[in-house]
Amino acid sequence: MIWGVLQFPGSCDERDALHACTVATAGLGADGGTGASARTRLVWHEETDLSGFDGIVVPGGFSYGDYLRVGAIARFAPAMAAVARFAADGGPVLGICNGFQVLCESGLLPGALLTNESTRFICRPGELIVGASDSPWLSELEPGERISIPFKHQSGRFFAPPEMLEEIEANGQVAFRYAEGQNPNGSLNDIAGVTNRAGNVLGLMPHPEHAVDPLGGTTDGLKIFRGPAGPAGVREAAGATGG
Amino acid sequence: MISVRVLIRPKEGILDAQGKAVESALPALGFDGIEHVRVGRVVELRAEDDRSLEELCEKLLANPLIEDYEIEIL
Repeated sequence: MIWGVLQFPGSCDERDALHACTVATAGLGADGGTGASARTRLVWHEETDLSGFDGIVVPGGFSYGDYLRVGAIARFAPAMAAVARFAADGGPVLGICNGFQVLCESGLLPGALLTNESTRFICRPGELIVGASDSPWLSELEPGERISIPFKHQSGRFFAPPEMLEEIEANGQVAFRYAEGQNPNGSLNDIAGVTNRAGNVLGLMPHPEHAVDPLGGTTDGLKIFRGPAGPAGVREAAGATGG
Repeated sequence: MISVRVLIRPKEGILDAQGKAVESALPALGFDGIEHVRVGRVVELRAEDDRSLEELCEKLLANPLIEDYEIEIL
């Protein structure tokens, strides 16, 4: 699987995300892990062609300084128009933290992220419960599974107007909830991550890219990054010639 | 050119965490009897006319899901 990790001025988690993609893809390439994934790379925000990628990550950070409103300006980056096309074609897109905020601002995901109820920046380990979304990002996870993924944000309070919230719930678009008693920011319905209707776009506030190495205390993040490839990914990667 | 001021506020009913933080700091400074503090932002700009201002607000300056805005021509 060939990943593209977006990089805006002000991104700061893109290299961890790149590392996570590489680690997650190891073993899935035709030649045992080094082939296709070697073309995994950062994608500067001015790039407009994502046709060579199998998956896109919109990483965390403070794109364009988060001026005006979190994610508001990044939405207009040339690369985001390309991400919208990539997503419309069914390509898997993962937005983490600021990336989640950008995807919401872009309209690729429902809802919005507000300042934490406490107004404080939080940075600590935490647990999520996997939802029942029909999404390639959850293919390596079971509904109800409890995973450990670090929380690290100041504007992570998920909000959607009542009708939209009902729709998100009814459509099974809630991919992750904070485990009981662990909602760190006042998110409605304890929502930590949502998908689009089709399931190929996932956004979440916690940081799976910081959960890929045993030294970090948890490798549960790999399960998310391995989702789109899944068991079928081995075959796809073996047959892929890239582009 | 016209001078424009856009006032953007969190929608009524949505917890305004910044406003709450400011409000809770006031008693410590000796300001009593002040409530319902809400923090928004003001954007001032100059434009050739007012034609695209609504669109500008809807698309960029405000997020209509969570914010209300008022356009004032100065």
